[in-house]
Amino acid sequence: MDQAQAHLADIPDEFEGDYPIRVRGLVNRFDEHTIHDGLDLDVKRGEIIGVVGGSGTGKSVLMRSIIGLQIPQEGSIEVLGRSITDARDDEDIDIRSQWGVLFQGGALFSTLTVAENVEVPLREFYPEISDDLRHEIARYKVLLSGLPANATSKYPSELSGGMKKRAGLARALALDPELLFLDEPTAGLDPIGAAAFDNLIRSLQETLGLTVFLITHDLDTLYEICDRVAVLADKKVIAVGTIPELLALDHPWIQEYFNGPRGRAAKDAQDREAASVVQPDQKTATSPMEQE
Amino acid sequence: MRSAARDALVAPVIFPHEAGCMRALADFTIEPGQGADGGVLHFSGPMVVSSLGLVDRRLRKLSDPVAQIDVRDVERMDTVGAWTVWRLSQQLGAEIVNCRDEAERLIKAISETDTNNESIRAPRLPLIKRVPDEVGTLVIALAVGFLQVVGFLGQAISAAGMILRHPRRFRGLALVHQMELVGVNALGIVGLMSFLVGVVIAQQGAVQLQQFGAEIYTINLVGRLTLRELGILMTAIMVAGRSGSAFAAQLGTMKLTEEVDAMRTIGVSPTEALVLPRIIATMIMLPLLGIYSSVLGIIGGAFLGAVSLGIPFLTFLARIQEVVPIHDVWVGLVKGPVFGLIVALAGCYQGMQVKTNAEEVGTRTTSAVVLAIFTVIVLDAFFAVFFTKIGWG
Repeated sequence: MDQAQAHLADIPDEFEGDYPIRVRGLVNRFDEHTIHDGLDLDVKRGEIIGVVGGSGTGKSVLMRSIIGLQIPQEGSIEVLGRSITDARDDEDIDIRSQWGVLFQGGALFSTLTVAENVEVPLREFYPEISDDLRHEIARYKVLLSGLPANATSKYPSELSGGMKKRAGLARALALDPELLFLDEPTAGLDPIGAAAFDNLIRSLQETLGLTVFLITHDLDTLYEICDRVAVLADKKVIAVGTIPELLALDHPWIQEYFNGPRGRAAKDAQDREAASVVQPDQKTATSPMEQE
Repeated sequence: MRSAARDALVAPVIFPHEAGCMRALADFTIEPGQGADGGVLHFSGPMVVSSLGLVDRRLRKLSDPVAQIDVRDVERMDTVGAWTVWRLSQQLGAEIVNCRDEAERLIKAISETDTNNESIRAPRLPLIKRVPDEVGTLVIALAVGFLQVVGFLGQAISAAGMILRHPRRFRGLALVHQMELVGVNALGIVGLMSFLVGVVIAQQGAVQLQQFGAEIYTINLVGRLTLRELGILMTAIMVAGRSGSAFAAQLGTMKLTEEVDAMRTIGVSPTEALVLPRIIATMIMLPLLGIYSSVLGIIGGAFLGAVSLGIPFLTFLARIQEVVPIHDVWVGLVKGPVFGLIVALAGCYQGMQVKTNAEEVGTRTTSAVVLAIFTVIVLDAFFAVFFTKIGWG
């Protein structure tokens, strides 16, 4: 057993260092159109990092570059200590079992049921797992991702948009990955569903100790669950930090983004919630209604 | 529904025997208890998805009395580890002890999901019921399918009638674009194919006719065969493969991405905007391509005549004029629009029937091509008999 443990070829036990994702000098170009020009980004272990930016600033392209779907013209990308950019072909990226990806539309395999979708990565990476255990894993992942039990045996075409997202999340979580990539997880969900999805991601992140890379347009999501926010503009990450840190910056796009009517509404919601959770006594004491 | 895409994803992966040795595995030991008390089961090693596959098989066969499950020596735990511990505690009626905080939180989260008894597969009838069920479904689908094709044709005709009454709604640009795709872009491949078939007919015909000293009738053979039958038939088959399939795949994908629905809500009739231009373009281009194909076939025959039969090229062409009755050209031309209608109708109909998923686009495209070619060949046989009966033999 000791000898076997000496060469853990496919799964590094502990990653040394604090940055599971490091992007340096990334350049992505489509024909003459430059999307990224010298983009740098570090993601800390155990955080939820939100990536924001106007439409067409290359948020999805950044994510696709990090997970090896898009080969950048220049720059280096390291994920969990392995270089993605030096990989010669798909086979070289052997850390796929340690990340889960939720695509915008869910990208479920349409000919498989939800549970069978969850089983695909399990079959692929761990064929020694018995059918019983694999079925059980698929079943609890479905519930864990917030779907009702009867969704287990349904085909993706029988699910609503929000349920597809949850099913996609269940598949992304199938291998208990360390890294979770989410591309606009709450887009197209109703506000209640979106808030529930936010809570789900936060609680999964806390329970499983995930590092989450989250692309979003949803200001509520940013305020609710993101530890830090990276702002994409001018073909670069122009700033990374907590929202108060970003608000202190004097960049027109950032100011407009967070101080626009929607940004303010989201901030107010956050403040109200913080007030009611953190200082319930103080709130009742100072509430004008109470004083009257 | 059998499905290749499905099979590719759920087929059992060959179990590599080395798989277990490459990484750290979880393990357990059982410390027997005294008397009636159960023993203690000690887990060790990492309890994660990559380490549990083999241990789980042993755990399921466990029948020793166990009162406590000790997870003190577990290095790491993920949800699969938590599930294994939780399931075992339920199976053996044992208590989980020495849990660290994170592990406890995971096990608690997992225990809340232990209510899912749903089958992972979609419900399926037993074989004895499934066979008649599928046969019945197929028969009904066939009958309904026939009615629907007729209905679809009716829709297209009524849309054409609407356009005749409101000519400004006619989509000329779409028609021209489709004519280019169906006709002009097919010139190369149809021409090459017809030329080669002309060569082969002339060569094979000459070998047989030489036995009677009647090589000169090779000209009749090539001329009449290509103009009457082969030119239009081969073109129809080629167009079914090139364009009929493209229609089905395009419209099918547009259905899946809700583009067709979007059109409808804007007030654009998909039949007018998508189906009609394709049908009309194919009906116009197929006879033209058929004539072109016949001409190239004759040139192919003439080429072979000049090269190996000693019939000068121009003599061959001049002789064609004498031996081929003009009604042979009409026979070919009459069949053109009919075959074009069938090919385009099959493609558009199958495309517009797509509802569920990407796999259906594939199967619908296949049936569009197969149905179109089959129907074309059956109709061609009817035409052959019909034209002979009316004296155009």
